[in-house]
Amino acid sequence: MSAATVDTLRRGNAAASVPAGDTASSRSDHIKFAVFAIAVLTMPVWLSPIGAGYPDLVQKFAIFGIFAIGFNILFGLTGYLSFGHAAFLGVGSYAAVWSFKLLTMNVVPAMIFGVLASGVFALLIGYVSLRRTGIYFSILTLAFAQMSYNLAYSVLTPITNGETGLQLALHDPRVLDGPAEAGLPTTTLFGMETIGYPGFYVCAVMLIVAYYVAMRITRSPFGMTLRAIKSNQNRMNYTGFNTRPYTLAAFVISGMYAGLAGSLMAVVDPLAGAERMQWTASGEVVLMTILGGTGTLLGPVLGAGIIKYFENIFSAFNDQVLGRIFDFLPEVLQNLMVTLVHPFVGEGWHLTLGVVFMLIVIFLPGGVMEGIGRISARISRSRSNRSS
Amino acid sequence: MAILDVQGVCKDFGGLRALNQVNLQVREGSVHAIIGPNGAGKSTLLNCFVGRLKPDTGSVTFNGKSLLGINPHEINQAGVARVFQTPEIFADLSLIENVKIPAFAKRDGAFRLDLWSRTDSHAEVRDHAEAVLEDVGLADKRHMHAGSLSRGDKRRLELAMCLVQDPKLLLLDEPTAGMSRADTNATIDLLQRIGERGITKIVIEHDMTVVFTLAHTISVMAQGAVIAEGEPEAIKGNPRVQEAYLGGAHL
Amino acid sequence: MDALVLQALNGLDKGGAYALIALGLTLIFGTLGVVNFAHGALFMLGAFCAVTMQKILTLSKQIEDTSVTFFKAFKEVPYLEIWLGDTGRMLIDYSVPIAILLTIPFMLLVGLVMERGLVQFFYKRSHAEQILVTFGLAIVIQEIIKSVFGANPIPTPAPDVVSGSADVGAWIGFGDGLYYPYWRLIYLGFSLTIIGAVFAFLRFTTFGMVVRAGMQDRETVGLLGIDVQRRFTIVFGIAAVVAGLAGMMYTPILPPDYHMGMDFLVLSFVVVVVGGMGSLEGAVLAGFLLGILQSFASMNEVKAIIPGIDQIIVYLVAVVVLQVRPRGLLGRRGVMEG
Ligand SMILES: Nc1ncnc2c1ncn2[C@@H]1O[C@H](COP(=O)(O)OP(=O)(O)OP(=O)(O)O)[C@@H](O)[C@H]1O
Ligand SMILES: [Mg+2]
Repeated sequence: MSAATVDTLRRGNAAASVPAGDTASSRSDHIKFAVFAIAVLTMPVWLSPIGAGYPDLVQKFAIFGIFAIGFNILFGLTGYLSFGHAAFLGVGSYAAVWSFKLLTMNVVPAMIFGVLASGVFALLIGYVSLRRTGIYFSILTLAFAQMSYNLAYSVLTPITNGETGLQLALHDPRVLDGPAEAGLPTTTLFGMETIGYPGFYVCAVMLIVAYYVAMRITRSPFGMTLRAIKSNQNRMNYTGFNTRPYTLAAFVISGMYAGLAGSLMAVVDPLAGAERMQWTASGEVVLMTILGGTGTLLGPVLGAGIIKYFENIFSAFNDQVLGRIFDFLPEVLQNLMVTLVHPFVGEGWHLTLGVVFMLIVIFLPGGVMEGIGRISARISRSRSNRSS
Repeated sequence: MAILDVQGVCKDFGGLRALNQVNLQVREGSVHAIIGPNGAGKSTLLNCFVGRLKPDTGSVTFNGKSLLGINPHEINQAGVARVFQTPEIFADLSLIENVKIPAFAKRDGAFRLDLWSRTDSHAEVRDHAEAVLEDVGLADKRHMHAGSLSRGDKRRLELAMCLVQDPKLLLLDEPTAGMSRADTNATIDLLQRIGERGITKIVIEHDMTVVFTLAHTISVMAQGAVIAEGEPEAIKGNPRVQEAYLGGAHL
Repeated sequence: MDALVLQALNGLDKGGAYALIALGLTLIFGTLGVVNFAHGALFMLGAFCAVTMQKILTLSKQIEDTSVTFFKAFKEVPYLEIWLGDTGRMLIDYSVPIAILLTIPFMLLVGLVMERGLVQFFYKRSHAEQILVTFGLAIVIQEIIKSVFGANPIPTPAPDVVSGSADVGAWIGFGDGLYYPYWRLIYLGFSLTIIGAVFAFLRFTTFGMVVRAGMQDRETVGLLGIDVQRRFTIVFGIAAVVAGLAGMMYTPILPPDYHMGMDFLVLSFVVVVVGGMGSLEGAVLAGFLLGILQSFASMNEVKAIIPGIDQIIVYLVAVVVLQVRPRGLLGRRGVMEG
């Protein structure tokens, strides 16, 4: 190997080992942000060739993107693994629906209440849970979320409407909206209806805002402090930091993101049910974050999109669809393939999810973002080899 | 005047008496070495200064204020920084970030919710951090992951993380362990240079060259107690020290 | 008073299940240092061993039903009944206890495969990653069971002779009126037996002594040149069998479905944390304690005072215990901290 190649290799490695929040310049951040914003706003266009451009689905991408970005502020930056984040999602939904019932169908107050309510809730739960670290913290958050879920189904029925879920009703006061017309009203943004694509654009704008805030946080001294806490909390104490308020702030912020996501769910479909708070929903956001890439800005959004997309596709598959897909094969093989694939689709979509989840944790702990990084590193290396 | 005053500190671990009636006065601006065989209780003593351990009895006073019963971060904010026996650094962060973090702690205190400014927009913090990295000879590695450093470099990084805070009292637990001769000499140089800034230092060392080059005062510990204290020359000739510490061999 | 005793008994059998799962979790955590989120799935697999055994024993043949005379009708008759008559019928009746023949080898196999095939690669990785990968595995196991056995609970009754209730009141001198299902008593006795067996095994065998030493100080035991690795694999197998047996015997109390594992797992983790991560005695103590508390909290008198308490009692206890005793009731210092 020539000295020059060794040198490039070494430089390549050094480049690969540069940590994220460090050298990224303000300019490149803003370029990435602009690209992100455009990509989000045009989702209905560029996703329609793969059959994912319709409002229901792109709304989901945006909402779960927000949820995952927020989760990542806690888990990705501080390393605290919460197993109860769905509780904040649920609280956000309930608060938003109450705002629709009592005040107005305008989505702005609904979102504000959703974020505030979940922020206060997160402050309470975080204050207690963050007194412990490691798995104790995970169990505490899980315990609080399960309590909320169980209570929402039982004694809190006056607030949550139990198993039926909280819905709009004709006789709701809606004090700011004035006398109701016939039929149930729809959500609005200062008079403009926010169902279908308009609803998506509300979610998309919130996702862009959420991304921008997360970007600022990641690049700020606060964000760096959180990453240092993840890296070595012990050192932080002897370095003069009181780590508790930092982790609590991260917890509350990420709870507020979840609350925003929850209230947006109510914006596009004004009802709220307790199942949103179940721990499986908490598990799902963990999965999205990991799949996309923990600790990265874009990863969680990608993870959320990928999971929601494949959930949508896979769960719609049935044997006829499968049969059509494997149509090109001889009949015997076709039947074989249908039988083989059958358990993984439709009702069995969760099986696929579980398998993918395991494979990611085992082989690609950095998620899709790490995969992209590896591939682009390989490409640039082979290109520089060719040129030298 | 003593900047650090330790009186009658005892610490038991189960049945083991790790510290036994330790008294220690560290003069402001001096370099105070603590030596002694493995397991003598040297690190345990430092742990009592920084809030990692709470002594069973006794008092630790720094600049006239007790250090007992307050949190580690408060002790650091009062001006005490420590290099640990096994390097404690932020392995997942770059070197420059490793040094910026303590610099922020010094400038902004134990908690400040600065979510919105960019870290690299704080030019004075960055410049200071880079200057200190330059001082310890790690400037050209500033964008590397700290976790990928050699053991000796990790130590120097940790030293930089302490120096950037301009502490009043610097505790060094074996700062040259695992370093080559050349690196050790470089570290001695560095410590001498920062000596001029008037930082009081407590150094635990097994390397006698380091001890006798740097120290103004030496305390010798064995089995949890201070068995001798004095200027380097006096310690060299002290037969009790030779026996306890070296089993009779000559220093 | 009777009601209280009844509730305590009610809590004890559930507590027994918690204790058995928590015991396995603690064994695995203490020796291998792995947080196993798939342990609930093992409990569920055990329950489905009982279901499978019932299905095997009741494999049936269609024969003409001669009791119906006015048209040609068929009925399903199990082969066992055809071949062995009354003996066959009895075997079917005893399908749950007989399932032990299936459960032990199957769960041992599952445990060994799981440890060698997956868990061993996660010894050195973070607890978060261990949680995540075993969580993924739990989903996979659960979904496989769902696609094989369907989503509905499958009734697996206890043998006829023990399907009634025992007059516990008379036994302990409370007069009559205190009846308690035989099978639940059996479950309680069974769980105590297994717990006793595990503790005896750890205390009185050299193998167990090494394992206990390993729980105290993994590095040192490794340095002694003992093949810790192989022993740990076996420990995992044992924990899997314990969880499986706990699930198998629980089927007459709760008809198994595919997500029962997750339900029990969440609670068992709370149990482990309350007992003190790494403490076997703590796991057992907390298991029974929480089982009983849960049972008391579901009494109408209690619910009348604090509505909803039955829904949250376990979690509430966990929160309080962790605030007051950070390491759980019997936890040791330095386990799972940082
Ligand atoms: N947290 C602890 N729990 C129990 N025993 C401890 C603890 N920390 C230290 N010890 C014991 O206290 C004694 C003193 O230990 P210490 O680390 O202070 O020695 P040292 O003088 O720093 O030795 P060395 O030169 O090897 O670093 C040793 O016997 C050690 O095993
Ligand atoms: Mg030491």
